[in-house]
Amino acid sequence: MYAQEVKSTGQGVKSLDEMEPDERAFQEKINADVKIEPKDWMPEGYRKTLIRQISQHAHSEIVGQLPEGNWITRAPTLERKAILLAKVQDEAGHGLYLYCAAETLGVSRDQMTEQLLSGKAKYSSIFNYPTLTWADIGAIGWLVDGAAIMNQVPLQRCSYGPYSRAMIRVCKEESFHQRQGYDIMMKLCEGAPEQKDMAQDALNRWWQPSLMMFGPPDGDSVHSAQSMAWGIKQNTNDELRQKFVDETVPQAEYLGLTVPDPDVKWNEARGHYDFGELDWDEFYEVLKGNGPCNKERLGARQKAWTDGAWFREGLMAHAKKRDARKMAAE
Amino acid sequence: MAGDTDKLVCELALRMGDNALILGQRVSAWCGHAPVLEEDIALANVALDLIGQTKLWLGLAAELGAGDNADDVAFLRDARGFRNSLLVEQPNGDYGHTLMRQFLFDAWHYPMLQGLKESADIRIAEIAEKSAKEAAYHLERSSDFVVRLGDGSDESHDRMQAALNALYPFAGELTAPDETDEALAAAGLAPDLNVLRQQYDDYVSRIFAEATLTVPEGAVRKGGKAGLHTEEMGYILADMQWLQRAYPGATW
Repeated sequence: MYAQEVKSTGQGVKSLDEMEPDERAFQEKINADVKIEPKDWMPEGYRKTLIRQISQHAHSEIVGQLPEGNWITRAPTLERKAILLAKVQDEAGHGLYLYCAAETLGVSRDQMTEQLLSGKAKYSSIFNYPTLTWADIGAIGWLVDGAAIMNQVPLQRCSYGPYSRAMIRVCKEESFHQRQGYDIMMKLCEGAPEQKDMAQDALNRWWQPSLMMFGPPDGDSVHSAQSMAWGIKQNTNDELRQKFVDETVPQAEYLGLTVPDPDVKWNEARGHYDFGELDWDEFYEVLKGNGPCNKERLGARQKAWTDGAWFREGLMAHAKKRDARKMAAE
Repeated sequence: MAGDTDKLVCELALRMGDNALILGQRVSAWCGHAPVLEEDIALANVALDLIGQTKLWLGLAAELGAGDNADDVAFLRDARGFRNSLLVEQPNGDYGHTLMRQFLFDAWHYPMLQGLKESADIRIAEIAEKSAKEAAYHLERSSDFVVRLGDGSDESHDRMQAALNALYPFAGELTAPDETDEALAAAGLAPDLNVLRQQYDDYVSRIFAEATLTVPEGAVRKGGKAGLHTEEMGYILADMQWLQRAYPGATW
């Protein structure tokens, strides 16, 4: 997850007969469920799509530290503080595996960082929403990590080996994240009326943005077909969104909270919950940079990078000095 | 006599726990803002260790009457009740200040915990045993950075020197014994800080020489052990204890 609008560069899906031998061998491997590894031949479009998707995913993990990091110093107990620290640390770790996975495709971490900081590369819009109360930390774990897992579980089977392996590690940690989020919500819902109100308010604000994490409706998502043929994507946006709603609505009921959508209703015939239209104008506005925290999030990352320049340069300077001394001694 | 010993152990637990808590609190504010991704991860690690140690120390203090449980001790005391050194409450500043504060603390923390492993009180010895392993790693890491950045570029050298000048006056408090420290040492509950100071000074001098940094002259600033803090402390608590104060008695 966290790659919500990845434009693939393929020109529509080719059949095996239309392919040159290299590409045909590549596609046959994918069809036979054999992983593509960094040194294998791959179409440029596949490489570019994966670089975009993996780096977007990595950037999301990095920016994702900020909304939750916002509450570490104010966590309500020592235990909650430790759990939140561990969670945010996991996210930085996920960012690191994912940057490494992307590097195997021939792009450096510095290049990817530059693209993030210049605004060229995207990250998940969900992190452009503010964390206003402690309940938001619960809601993020429950809903945002829940949606992330929904997206990431199929990515464990992604055709690209390094990405697939990174996702296997990431998924293990994400399920702990979701549980801790739900646990925060449970405590709030069992608590004082003000605490339960806080939980309901957080659900009200995070529900729609979480559903939008799966990306635009299938009809508007023109690149899905190629990504699916390449084994980069296994399910459509709408399939995953439905799965998320089906799993989450009963969880909200268990908490005694109301999902903020009057159209949410079990549909016996479909065997799924129906739900209302999402406000996609808002989604595209946030994507364009006009969300409530876009400027703050990117600003914080730019500041961290700029303020840290002397630190990185200082370490390089020391390494050079040390090498020079070693040479002189030999 | 048992009552007196418990009082001493409780005071020691508060000092150790408050140092870990306030430094952990400061360090954790870096999450997502560090100069490089590996540092985000490393700082979170250090903060996690310190918060883990806080739970143990303040848990012990609570057992001995400082509050109902570790959380109450952490979140329901006012500044005058905190026993941490002034060093750990100093602001994060630039990354150099954060690393220098960590180094000046770790260089005391590790030998202190080594000494506490030999405490006559088994509860202290057990917490020290666990914490010393973590502190050894913290000291290795912060010493290494002080050397590399002190003896790095001109700018990194100047920044580390500025950090040392600002923070060194607060370091002396860690190894300056007050009456409680003397009583703790006399009872075999904690190491003799006069001995520890010698070790501390030798170690930091060696690292600063390697880092090409100069130790500044000047008076030691202290007061934390007696609950007389800098103005920083009120703001730290306003942030850290806000939720508990706004929703009294709530369970989270």
